[in-house]
Formats: sequence, structure tokens, C-alpha cells
Amino acid sequence: MSAFIELKDVSFAYELDETQRVPVLRHFNLSVEKGDFVAVLGHNGCGKSTVAKLCNAIEVPQSGTVLVNGMDTKEEENLLEIRRTVDMVFQNPDNQIVATIVEDDVAFGPENLGVEPQEIRRRVDQALKDVGMYDLRFSEPHKLSGGQKQRVAIAGIIAMQPACIVLDEPTAMLDPRGRKDVMKTVRMLNRDFGITVIYITHYMDEAAEANRVVVMHKGDILLDGTPRDVFQQDDVLKKAGLDVPQATELSLQLRRAGAPLSGKILTIDELSLQLEALLPRSAGRVES
Amino acid sequence: MNDTPILRTENLTYIYQKGTSSEVAALQDVSVEIRQGELVGVIGHTGSGKSTLIEHFNALKKGTAGRVLLDGNDIWADKSKIRAVRFRVGVCFQYPEYQLFEETVAKDIAFGPRNMGLPQDEIDRRVKEALTNVGLSEDYAEKSPFDLSGGEKRRVAIAGIMAMEPQVLVLDEPCAGLDPRGRATVLQMIADYRQKTGCTVLLVTHSMEEVAAIADRILVMNQSRVAFFDTVDNVFAHAEELQTMGLDIPQMTQLMLSLREKGYDVPVNLYTVQQVYDTIFARWKGGVHGAQ
Ligand SMILES: Nc1ncnc2c1ncn2[C@@H]1O[C@H](COP(=O)(O)OP(=O)(O)OP(=O)(O)O)[C@@H](O)[C@H]1O
Ligand SMILES: Nc1ncnc2c1ncn2[C@@H]1O[C@H](COP(=O)(O)OP(=O)(O)OP(=O)(O)O)[C@@H](O)[C@H]1O
Ligand SMILES: [Mg+2]
Ligand SMILES: [Mg+2]
Repeated sequence: MSAFIELKDVSFAYELDETQRVPVLRHFNLSVEKGDFVAVLGHNGCGKSTVAKLCNAIEVPQSGTVLVNGMDTKEEENLLEIRRTVDMVFQNPDNQIVATIVEDDVAFGPENLGVEPQEIRRRVDQALKDVGMYDLRFSEPHKLSGGQKQRVAIAGIIAMQPACIVLDEPTAMLDPRGRKDVMKTVRMLNRDFGITVIYITHYMDEAAEANRVVVMHKGDILLDGTPRDVFQQDDVLKKAGLDVPQATELSLQLRRAGAPLSGKILTIDELSLQLEALLPRSAGRVES
Repeated sequence: MNDTPILRTENLTYIYQKGTSSEVAALQDVSVEIRQGELVGVIGHTGSGKSTLIEHFNALKKGTAGRVLLDGNDIWADKSKIRAVRFRVGVCFQYPEYQLFEETVAKDIAFGPRNMGLPQDEIDRRVKEALTNVGLSEDYAEKSPFDLSGGEKRRVAIAGIMAMEPQVLVLDEPCAGLDPRGRATVLQMIADYRQKTGCTVLLVTHSMEEVAAIADRILVMNQSRVAFFDTVDNVFAHAEELQTMGLDIPQMTQLMLSLREKGYDVPVNLYTVQQVYDTIFARWKGGVHGAQ
């Protein structure tokens, strides 16, 4: 079986003019299975957004192939279908707001797809509720705060219900609850609707919630595996300018100091459970 | 020591689209005092009014009601002094790299000092120093800002504000979009700069971990009002209220709270991995050897 999204031996450079080019990817390979939830990590400028843009034909490779559900992104006639299949939330929400009223902006995608008006209404309301922007549905997008714009952009994609979504740092401007809400929504879209998710982020604990983590470094893939396995490699990640979730970091430090902690710890809850065995019960317990 | 707060707001209120049917109250009755030399972290849900508040500090916005005082003087009392206020309170806005526009990094950093009417040799000195402050070598001076990475652009933008040598440095989410090393570097750079100059710093952020690690006091905005303005320990003692406001407590604090709920007598005012490591390590070793 071939993968849902496939980058095969892709080389890509931004061509500024006749003489100047910025090479980003060289013989790059990545395949994403249908229904997977893949987080992409990597230092600033390593090529994450470039990979995202290759996935929905905003950019095409100079050599190698990108296939979306079997469709070559280089073929002009595939373009419309590819854009319907893979939808994207960009890094800067200002770039993707199209309408002058929030709810029209969210409705724009499904309208373009020719979805029934009633169904559009339902999807738009639901999507705005999912991101906590329903109360501001009649506002003008350009007058919203940075984080609010980001939420509108995410609602737009939820309303589209494409087969695959690519989110490029969707939570960079959000408050803690906003970040949790986005993660929850993305997990729901992935689990309940089988939507394939490619999730670019600089937050290690968001990546920890994916099924698979791809770590990029200078246009290459440095690590690729489950979050549990990838985040055990704290030295490799730190050398690449990245980090591991705080719970993982603390567990690794304690283990290196000889503490008997078992398993590959990712979350605060898991760590808390393990620490119970470490802390002295009698001396350390609060008398109630 | 001078007791007059360097910055003060008195019942500051700001309403967008005043007088129309779509008024938005972005600030309501905000009264805060920022002390000389402190580092204040500003947190609050998206749309709580953080950026709007900051724009009042260097007179980009004028309150619908209330006052802003710099060193005890109403900044709007004498309109001819507004420019001077902008030099004394340097604001680095969200995603400042989009505002870089000169052909070279050096020219971009020199923009502020040149506006201040400083002599050329002083401008040159400041550009050099600002580059050092943000950890960029002199090789960067003649590069085009457009050829830099996102993290480098961010540093150039911050250097441009530092070159004005403001008494108050205000940064709106300076680490948003940076990779973990970039975040750590920028935070360290801000801490070092403050250490070196003794200037007052206001830092807006959505990271509870960051604010806990770096701030002296935290200003919490909620629905256009001040919810708390207190020490790190006192603010993060309000876990439930913060969560209701769309905020949170740092992850390490969450860990300590969960241990406490299980009945362990551990402190909860810990914020960094290192702090928690030290505490757990001591208790574990203490427990093993039966001490304590
Ligand atoms: N339109 C463009 N023209 C020229 N160079 C570009 C362009 N977009 C990106 N680059 C360069 O290509 C490289 C990869 O950029 P890309 O945006 O893919 O990085 P990224 O991993 O998404 O980084 P970040 O974490 O900062 O968003 C960088 O060196 C960048 O400066
Ligand atoms: N130009 C504008 N016109 C009308 N309302 C606005 C305008 N700019 C901001 N607002 C509103 O004012 C409120 C405060 O916005 P502000 O940008 O100060 O929030 P913030 O706390 O900085 O949010 P974020 O964390 O998302 O940056 C929000 O409800 C926002 O929608
Ligand atoms: Mg990017
Ligand atoms: Mg803001």
C-alpha cells in the first residue's frame, strides 16, 4: 500500500532570482499514512513550513516527487483536488483571512466546495464553538487580537473537513487553554473523522500527543518514531536546538542520578505516579 | 532609592470604536504601579487586553479615560514631550521582524537612535553594543535583515529597541514562534540586558513556565481588567482561578500539586525542572537513609 502523502527523493530550493537560490531540502523522503497524526519538530529555518507547502502544492519540488493520495503535485490538473484533500493553517493568520466578518471567513472554504447552505451553517457554528469564537462570530477579523485571529483560521479548517490537515504552528499565539482546545480539536478530528494530521510545532508537549514525531534538522530527518521513543533522546534533541517535555526531562535526570523510575515517561501524571515509589512515605507525608 | 513608580496607570480605560454600536472595552479601570528596575511578566487569555495596555505605555494609544504616568508625570500633560516618552519606553511589538525594512541590519538597529537625533559616533556605538546584547557578531551588521532566519530577525528587532537605551523595555511575546534554543537565548538576553542596565522590563508571554522562571511579579489580565498583580508565588497559588481564566500554572508546579494531593508534604512553589529535581533528589536520598 502506498502512503497518503509521499515525498520521494525531493530536492527543493527557493529561487530568488537567476543567480540566487536558497537550498532547503536535498533528497528528502517522508511518507505519512492515512489517518496518522504526525508532529513535525525542528529548529527555526530547518524547512518545516517548506515541507508543509510541498504537501498541498503551494510549492513543487525541483526534483523528486510529491504524491497526495496518489496525485502528483506537479500535474496542473490535480491542483484543485489536492487543495481539497489537504488544507492548511498557516503560521501567520493575517495571511489567510479573506472575509470581513468572522463567520463568513469560516464559511468561505465550505462554500467554495459547494457544500449545502444548511450544512454550512451547522459546520460554521460548530467550528466556531470548538475554538471558542462563537460569541465573536459577527466581529471583523482584522480587529481581533493575534490569538483570536489564529482561532478563526483554525475554525475555517474544521468547517472544511478535508481528508488531511496541515497545521503550521497553530498555537504559537494562544493562551494555555487555547492551546489545549486546539489539541483537543485536532485529536478529535483525527480520531473521530479519521482526518490525517500533520502538526508543526515548537512545543514539545504538543508533539508528545501525536502518534508519530518527525524531527527535522537542516533540511534532513534527524529522528522519526513514537513520541515515547523520540523524547528519550534528550541529548540529540538538545544538540539540535530542541528540547523534551519537562516531565521527560526530569525523569531522565533522576534516572541518571540512579533513581529507579521505569518506562519512558512523557506526562506529568505518569511522572507523579512514579515518584510515589521514590518519595519516603512516612517522613514526607502530610499528617491529616 | 526612589519610591515613585517608574510607570503607573490610574483607572485606565480604553474602548475601541467608541461611540459606535460595536464598542469593545479592551481595558477597564486598570490601575497598576510598575517599580523601577523590576521585571514584570504580563499574562492573560487571548484578547484580555495585554497588547492594548502596552500600547498605552509609549503613548501609541490614549486612554478613553484614566491616566498613564511616567516617573510621576502624566505622559499626555504636555504633547510636545510625547516623542521623549517613546524614547524612554521602548516597545517591541508582537512579531517585530515584520517591521524590519532597512537594507542592512546596522541601519535597522540605527533607526531608533537616529530618530532621537543622536550624533553619528554615538549611533555607531549603540548599534555595536545592541548587536552584542542580542548575541549577534559584527558580521551581521552589513547583512540584509531579509536574509536572516526567523530567530535572527527577532533578535535584530529587539536590538533596535535596546539601541534606544530605554528606561523601560516592553516586549510583547518576544519568544513566540522561536524554537526552544531560540526561546532560551532571547530570555537570557533580556535578563542579561536588565542586569547590565538596571532598566525596568515588562514581558508579555503565554508561557507560564517562562514567566515563573524570569519574573519578579506577574500582572494577570482577565477580560480587560487586572485579575492579579503579585509575586510569582502568590499568583501561582491561585491555580483554579487561573485555569478559569484560560491560563494555567507551570508544569512543574502541577507535578508538585499532584504529589501534595496524594499526601506528600512537598513545597508547591517550584517552577523549573532544576528546582524540582533538587527537591525530589534531597527527599529521595533523605528517605532512603532514614534521615529528615
Ligand atoms: N519565500 C522564501 N524565499 C527565500 N527563502 C525562504 C523562503 N521561505 C523560507 N526560506 C528559507 O528557507 C529555509 C527554510 O524555511 P522554512 O520556512 O521552511 O523553515 P521552518 O522550519 O518553517 O522555520 P520556522 O520554525 O522559523 O518557521 C530558511 O532558511 C528560510 O530562510
Ligand atoms: N483594532 C481593534 N478594533 C476593535 N477591537 C479590537 C482592536 N484590536 C483589538 N481589539 C479587541 O480588544 C481586545 C483586547 O485585544 P488585545 O490585542 O489587547 O488582546 P491581547 O491580550 O494582546 O491578546 P493576544 O494574547 O491574542 O495577543 C480584544 O477583544 C480584541 O478583539
Ligand atoms: Mg515555519
Ligand atoms: Mg497581544
